[in-house]
Amino acid sequence: MTAIRFLVNGAPVELEAPGMRRLLDVLREDLGLTGTKEGCGEGECGACSVILDGEVVVSCLVPACQVDGRIIRTVEGLAARTPDGRILDDLQAAFLATGGAQCGMCTPGMLLSARVYLDAGGGPDEDAIREAIAGNLCRCTGYTKIIEAIALAAETGRRPAGA
Amino acid sequence: MPVEPPVETPRDLPEAFRLLALAPRTPIAGGTDLMVRITGEIGSPPDQVLDLSRLDELRGIALAGGQLTVGALTTYAEIRRSGLVARSLPVLAEAAATVGAVQIQNRGTLGGNIANASPAGDTLPLLLALEAVIEVGGPRGERSIPADQFWIAYRTTALAPDELVLRVRIPLVEARQVRFRKVGTRRAQAISKVVLALAWEQADRKDRWGHVRLALGSVADRPIRARSTELYLEGSRATLETADGAAETVAAEIRPIDDVRSTADYRRQVTARILHRIIRDAGGW
Ligand SMILES: Cc1cc2nc3c(=O)[nH]c(=O)nc-3n(C[C@H](O)[C@H](O)[C@H](O)COP(=O)(O)OP(=O)(O)OC[C@H]3O[C@@H](n4cnc5c(N)ncnc54)[C@H](O)[C@@H]3O)c2cc1C
Ligand code: FES
Ligand code: FES
Repeated sequence: MTAIRFLVNGAPVELEAPGMRRLLDVLREDLGLTGTKEGCGEGECGACSVILDGEVVVSCLVPACQVDGRIIRTVEGLAARTPDGRILDDLQAAFLATGGAQCGMCTPGMLLSARVYLDAGGGPDEDAIREAIAGNLCRCTGYTKIIEAIALAAETGRRPAGA
Repeated sequence: MPVEPPVETPRDLPEAFRLLALAPRTPIAGGTDLMVRITGEIGSPPDQVLDLSRLDELRGIALAGGQLTVGALTTYAEIRRSGLVARSLPVLAEAAATVGAVQIQNRGTLGGNIANASPAGDTLPLLLALEAVIEVGGPRGERSIPADQFWIAYRTTALAPDELVLRVRIPLVEARQVRFRKVGTRRAQAISKVVLALAWEQADRKDRWGHVRLALGSVADRPIRARSTELYLEGSRATLETADGAAETVAAEIRPIDDVRSTADYRRQVTARILHRIIRDAGGW
């Protein structure tokens, strides 16, 4: 067991866990943050994507020992918390508007890959969006409505990050 | 459930070497190959792990003495972003861009690709064609291993069990031309069916080719140099006759296998065609 400290969605976390535990399991099992999904468990599908120090990574391939002292953002951190409740991130709102989510299994990962893409200045160009989400598989939508959602969010502009 | 083997995170190289001298430990860099193994579904999981992520000595890209040095922990994303790479060896960024998707490029390292020694490792043919030198180190000190002596058998390297890949040195050659091609099933996240890297020296388009190096991935049990084809191309000009002859030579030289990703016949034909095409483009006809 190792003591591991990091920030999740702006909140400090400290826990004792085996250093080789998958970040995915730390988030879902130890911290109860079940928004992050497990699809393949082998790095192929992107369902478990989170943002680590500003970069999108697959949390099924990140060992807990490597997140000590770092900053993590999960889908739970996308909506802004206000005294009146939560305000959806532009991307979340856009996915709702276009029908970019069906079963929802891929959605948290899609949102985070798209968030990093938009934060880096990405625009509504379809090819660029396709490249940004190439590591996120969707079995339901056929991608068209996901790409529309990301393009829509790129056009509506960004509000400052919630976390 | 994944197994969670014990892991230690040394803060510097001397500490890493002390740990490696005590007992065998399986290194983890970006974990994009190793973490797949902890489920135990593909091969046996490691008993003890050595986390390299805090060894900052193994990060970064530098240019000195006519060589580009890339630390083992350098990620594909860092290679793609590097101004030094873009200016001195853009083909390395081109190869990095073909590995996995963003998530893999943000974590996967060059050292991990080298040590993992997959016959389909995408950067390995390029390192062979560029005559890179792989610098390794362990409790008994450092040594340099030329790329063509590094991958010695199926998934086997020249590393001793207590040695780490530290960095790669790539000589930069003024008149060198380099081409890299990867053929997979789709653009992102595809394991290669064929990878080809070709380097040659030529001061002028009309000159004869010198110092030809042709390396291939996914056509043998390890990344290989195609030495008969290199010899065939040495001293030639980029004509149709040369392209035809080189394509024929390479098809006869390699012994690929049938597997789930492709067939031997497809691999042989595609390798020959890619080479033909590169020579045609170089000749401008
Ligand atoms: C979804 C997916 C897609 C992929 N796509 C590609 C692809 O297109 N092309 C490709 O070539 N690969 C691909 N890979 C494989 C992998 O991403 C690369 O091989 C990567 O470079 C491995 O680097 P790493 O740092 O993650 O290695 P790790 O997983 O940390 O380590 C890999 C192996 O090397 C050893 N090792 C690591 N670093 C060192 C070191 N410095 N010294 C000694 N030993 C060391 C480890 O013990 C382990 O055996 C893919 C993997 C996944 C999961
Ligand atoms: S669960 Fe991590 S990539 Fe599929
Ligand atoms: S909405 Fe079902 S996998 Fe994408």
